[in-house]
Amino acid sequence: MQEGTVLEMRGIHKSFPGVHALQGVQFTLRKGEIHALMGENGAGKSTLIKVLTGVYSKDEGSIMLDGHKGEVSIKSPQDAQNVGISTVYQEITLCPNLSVAENMFIGRTTAGAVLKWKDMNRAADKILKNLDIPAKATQQLGSCSIAVQQMVAIARAVDMDCKVLILDEPTSSLDEQEVEKLFKLMRDLKSRGVGIVFVTHFLDQVYAVSDRITVLRDGKFIGEYTVAELPRLKLVSTMLGKEMDDLADIKEDKAVNSQKDEVPVIEVEKLHSTTGIKPFDFYINKGEVNGFTGLLGSGRSECVRAIFGADKTIGGVIKIEGKKVKIAAPIDAMKHGIAYLPEDRKNDGIIGDLSVKDNIILALQVLEGFFKPLSEKEKNKFAEEYIKLLDIKTASPETPIKSLSGGNQQKCILARWLLTHPNYLILDEPTRGIDVGTKVDIQKLVLKLASEGMSITFISSEQDEMIRTCSRLVVMRDGRVVGELTGDDISQTKIMSTIAGE
Amino acid sequence: MEKKTNILKKFVGNQLFIPLVALLLLIIFNLINDPSFFVITILKTKEGFPVLSGSLISIIDFGSELAILAIGMTIVTAATGGQDISVGAVIAISGSTMLRVLCGTNPQPDKLLAPIFVAFLVGALAAMLCGAFNGLLVAQFKIQPMVATLILYTAGRSIAAWINENRLPIIGEPSFGYIGNFLPGVPIPTPVFIAIACMIIIALVQKFTNLKLFTQAVGINEESSRLNGINPKFMKFMSFVILGLFVSVAALIKVTRISTITYSVIAKDIEMDAILAVALGGNKLSGGKYNIWASILGAYVIQFLTTTLYKLQVRSDALPAYKAVVVILLVIISAPAVRDKFAQITKKIKAKKAVNGGV
Repeated sequence: MQEGTVLEMRGIHKSFPGVHALQGVQFTLRKGEIHALMGENGAGKSTLIKVLTGVYSKDEGSIMLDGHKGEVSIKSPQDAQNVGISTVYQEITLCPNLSVAENMFIGRTTAGAVLKWKDMNRAADKILKNLDIPAKATQQLGSCSIAVQQMVAIARAVDMDCKVLILDEPTSSLDEQEVEKLFKLMRDLKSRGVGIVFVTHFLDQVYAVSDRITVLRDGKFIGEYTVAELPRLKLVSTMLGKEMDDLADIKEDKAVNSQKDEVPVIEVEKLHSTTGIKPFDFYINKGEVNGFTGLLGSGRSECVRAIFGADKTIGGVIKIEGKKVKIAAPIDAMKHGIAYLPEDRKNDGIIGDLSVKDNIILALQVLEGFFKPLSEKEKNKFAEEYIKLLDIKTASPETPIKSLSGGNQQKCILARWLLTHPNYLILDEPTRGIDVGTKVDIQKLVLKLASEGMSITFISSEQDEMIRTCSRLVVMRDGRVVGELTGDDISQTKIMSTIAGE
Repeated sequence: MEKKTNILKKFVGNQLFIPLVALLLLIIFNLINDPSFFVITILKTKEGFPVLSGSLISIIDFGSELAILAIGMTIVTAATGGQDISVGAVIAISGSTMLRVLCGTNPQPDKLLAPIFVAFLVGALAAMLCGAFNGLLVAQFKIQPMVATLILYTAGRSIAAWINENRLPIIGEPSFGYIGNFLPGVPIPTPVFIAIACMIIIALVQKFTNLKLFTQAVGINEESSRLNGINPKFMKFMSFVILGLFVSVAALIKVTRISTITYSVIAKDIEMDAILAVALGGNKLSGGKYNIWASILGAYVIQFLTTTLYKLQVRSDALPAYKAVVVILLVIISAPAVRDKFAQITKKIKAKKAVNGGV
């Protein structure tokens, strides 16, 4: 190990049934540096962190730490802590109803059955002052802001004499000022020689504090760069795995007819929800396919959820064919002909124990009303019609939907919304986790529906899909709309440069 | 052959299988023990009307309240994934309200102050208000159903006594007693007809509304339901109000059986039997899919068991212990884990048979 290195991971392999999650990944952390670990969803970031902290055991590879001869073996989170690796997670894992000091010392009070409260509080106050954290030892943790709680968690970790501090998405529930405070603390710790692993999906933040960036993609180590070597645009292309040079644009004819002069089917002004997205404007014309794009967590799902009334909106106007409407709950949106296929199929989409048939007719049934149940005959007719139309593979319409494969479940949910004959269909990651054949089917269907006059918003993590289907793309970064691309501008290069903000 | 096994498999997999088997076992046991259990005789009432009598009659008679409560309890369980333990206490409140409407402040009135029907409606309103209270706590404040209903479970009987200022009203009017006993000239107990009426009503409601689909959806996946335009809070709230209505019907039967009320004893521990009926019917107590007929059958199985134990001369204070033993057995048999194991074993046996047959 080189001088000045605190942590070195080499050739790490980890497999789960069916997935080779880490394939020979390496990671090096130096003393007093902030090192961003970047990658899209499924790249292997969290698996790597979990291997390092002893949550998972690695299949192959070695981990070396400063001050330890040879390999260290980390078999449990406890081991990790003992060798000086601490983690602060996205969600705060402290006890809000205990005091700040209690939280800092819980589970590690030294010797003796009698707790010395005074000593403990004094020690806590000293640490807090040292790190310039605005909290008192005796204060109840729950009464502090989220940022301060996060800092207390960090203080706890630091005080356990840690050499490696892992911050896993620490900023996702903080506002800008709080983030600034956290950064100050991070820089402070860095100057004390702590090596910090920083996992985040906010690009701005990476460049604000990091010294180095390691990029993972599909479980593989892509490279380690200094911040200067890797400007934003290059970072995005590295994460997505598209080299700038060979970005051949896969442009195809789109069966899309967006006329400019007509009144939009849906028009949104300054819509704002409680999920942390900034107020945004949006419109979609009849027969148009557009999309929201951006990295994971950029707020693309939150935008469409706000339109559908799935999240609580706190401002803004929604107009349908020019008329102002109020959408307070999904049912209001449905009554106005809006349909929404959610991103999280299992938790937000299917009703697992109910049959394929009941799942298909559910939305239509809700629209018909409580006192107007469809007859069994109608239900069977609809179910059979859509099972055939979308080629859903199920033993029978009575089979519980949870026993179907993911792709077929997705088709059922799609059938559910098509059955309501919406004017505006929102598809959030309709092709995630399904096989290639089905993906193409869904893309074709989207274009066909649009040519019949339906307006569709299509969101996908796979940019190829978006490029192929959408005639207009709204680009988002960190909860904000940062650009809109139409026509020939819809290309990998352009999308990435807009995401990166260059 | 293939078809036969399929039918058998379907039947074993059916929710009604366990309660039916339990019922069958109880019948066989009684046949061996004392066949006179099944004898139905004709007795004469004081007024000289012939009425049916026997253990079977008392099962369908005294099982009525439980069957009615099981309907409501099934819906609450399905929608909220929890149970209402206040039904016994709310029966006391609702029954007490009915008596108060009929008697006013005179515990033994010569003439009823209001028609019995009106008294029932007011009692039903009281029970549904209690349900609304429970429903509000569960749906709006997201309190666990068992904890939320613990409030009325604890306070309900005091409230019931307070409604009649702790008097013991006794109704002399004979037509009041008809409801809980026999109508003149009809040999079958009236509660049986009331229970059947409740079953018909719930069957119609399930046919002509989306109650079943929506409650199941909410119970299985609340967030999905919301994103499909269902209002989960309202469905949960309504399930308690509906249970309240059924509770008031049970209360009417309870008070008309004896034409008076004992605040501390009336419908005591009936909530546990009602919950048990739901479980015995193979319904998940964690909510979701349900079969109301299985719960109703479960209710009658429990009553069958109680009557059998009475017949065996088990002392009434020892009854719960004996009942518990049988209940443990039934619940274990109907537990999903045991069912799966059972299915695995039958599969293995079948596979072996197939191999042997092939050779």
